[in-house]
Amino acid sequence: MFKYILKRSLLLIPVLLGVSFAVFLIMRVFSADPSVGEGAAGKYANEEQRQAWRDSHGLNDPIPKQFFLFVKGAVTGDLGKSYKTKLPVLEEILARLPATIELAIASTLISSVLGIIIGVISSIKKNTIIDNLAMIFVSFGISIPMFWFAIMLIIIFSGQLHLFPSGDVIDQSLIVESITGFYSIDTLLTGNFEAFFDFLRHLTLPSIALGLHSMAVVARMTRSSMLDTLNQDYIRTARAKGLSEKKVITNHALRNALIPVITIIGLQLGGLLGGAVLTETVFSWPGIGKYTVESILNSDFPVVQAVVLFVAVIFVITNLVVDVLYVVLDPRIKFTKKGAV
Amino acid sequence: MKDEINKSEKVANLQEFVEQDFKAETKIKIVIDSFKQNKAALVSFFIVVFLIFIAIFGRYLMPYDPNIQDRNVIHQDASLSHLFGTDEHGRDIFSRILYGTRTSIFVGIIAVCVSLFVGTVFGSIAGYYGGKIDSVIMRVMDVVLSIPSILLAIALMASLGKGIDKAVLAISIVAIPDYAMIVRGCLLSEKENDYVQAAKVVGASDSFIIFKTILPNIASSIVIRATLGVSSAILEAAALGFLGLGVQPPIAEWGDMLGRSRMFMLSYPHEVFFPGAAISLTVLAFNLLGDGLRDAFDPKSRRL
Repeated sequence: MFKYILKRSLLLIPVLLGVSFAVFLIMRVFSADPSVGEGAAGKYANEEQRQAWRDSHGLNDPIPKQFFLFVKGAVTGDLGKSYKTKLPVLEEILARLPATIELAIASTLISSVLGIIIGVISSIKKNTIIDNLAMIFVSFGISIPMFWFAIMLIIIFSGQLHLFPSGDVIDQSLIVESITGFYSIDTLLTGNFEAFFDFLRHLTLPSIALGLHSMAVVARMTRSSMLDTLNQDYIRTARAKGLSEKKVITNHALRNALIPVITIIGLQLGGLLGGAVLTETVFSWPGIGKYTVESILNSDFPVVQAVVLFVAVIFVITNLVVDVLYVVLDPRIKFTKKGAV
Repeated sequence: MKDEINKSEKVANLQEFVEQDFKAETKIKIVIDSFKQNKAALVSFFIVVFLIFIAIFGRYLMPYDPNIQDRNVIHQDASLSHLFGTDEHGRDIFSRILYGTRTSIFVGIIAVCVSLFVGTVFGSIAGYYGGKIDSVIMRVMDVVLSIPSILLAIALMASLGKGIDKAVLAISIVAIPDYAMIVRGCLLSEKENDYVQAAKVVGASDSFIIFKTILPNIASSIVIRATLGVSSAILEAAALGFLGLGVQPPIAEWGDMLGRSRMFMLSYPHEVFFPGAAISLTVLAFNLLGDGLRDAFDPKSRRL
């Protein structure tokens, strides 16, 4: 087990090095000169000033040297400075990370709980109208563009019904003391329940918008996994023993059917991080996604480079955790692995 | 004696040939029959045909020039003269959506063709030769896969610059690993078969074996993936357009229309509703078509 984790972790190193190289290539070699235009060297800089700016940012160094310095910096946690704010990029990312994490957790919760419920119900009611409706919902959930769904949610629930606010994390009039950077934790720590509930209301629409796609994928996976499991011999045995249908479903079928579903939930995280770019932009959610789009539009290359690398690191580590979890959850895999060795 | 052997050989060959032909025919028939029974897939097939028709002939159906601005009719609601209303420049949204069909279908299909071609070449080489070249190609694919696709597409657009050709390129690059992985997987299992060994013994070249012998056998899996790929390419193109990284004005593109009307969403919801509905319908149709094809070609993978 330990050997497996170690081996997989070591395999991450070349992949991450490759990601850094790819990102470096995209942002430094192929892209336009960042010293031209606003934000970087200054809007009215002349050729000499722009060269000086390029020199001071190491952009006139040979490419291999630039890449070496970039990787060296990344390993030691120095991701460079934002061209725009002149602040260290890592600091900027860490300041926005909590908002994205809160959004990702909320939408994962919503999508997995609702997705599993929908999947289980439609597998029990197979080929009935409930099942058909659920599957139509799933098809739509997979096909609807997240940003359009987000806009529709705002128009209906915020614009027409005034049920939920849209935009920003918390009402401007409420002041929250920053301790951890997580609004949910900070408001609870300071006992500011008004702000806590206001935060939850702000969180509702973005997390539903972000979670719709995963919800559909999870529901579909749960349904097919449940149908698979319900055909197994041990389910027939459980029923033959005279167990109630509820017990058969919850204790015997669901427990086994959920193993592949957990993997799917984990693998959705990559899509979630990508989707956050769009959701945060629509809802003005001050997380990493919105920051990425702003940086791209401002040609703030160190930031884009760092964010993509950062997200890739999170993504590959989650995939590793999901794989390991899969082995832990399903004893059969472990057994065949040992048997094979 | 010799003649007799030749004769019996010929008869055997002929029989085999007829049987083969018969088998091929029934297989296609089974696929078509099974596809016909799937109502969702059948409907989506006709929607896709309809969309392609609109993409090609839409310009003759447009009631207005999609780019003509009319200050007198800005932000108009849906009416008989403007079926889907007008936008902030007084342009007819219905005509722009018809034109946008062309843009989206074009981007989707071209992007899939590019990534399909590159992915198939890399996947075939990796799967057929194995060894070092396989690990190098697959590690490169791992790198591409470890960045969420929309983020990678955005980063690529940021450095390539705006424009529809660049959007196609970015979307294609992002999707290459999908095809490479599938083709590699199929090739790995397929190359052990007797017919491949036979072709090798006869002295066929590697490229002949890959492209003429093996690939036709795994074409169905590739076609299915490509159909589903069109829907994700259209979604990604719309997302890029929405962020303002896609087409350049005044070309009509659904994602771009949605992104530009976003600031008026609360006052003029129809301006964001129709482009989004067009994207959803198109993506849904390609998804259901892909699912239907998969079920028809491979009954084993049929969803229970």
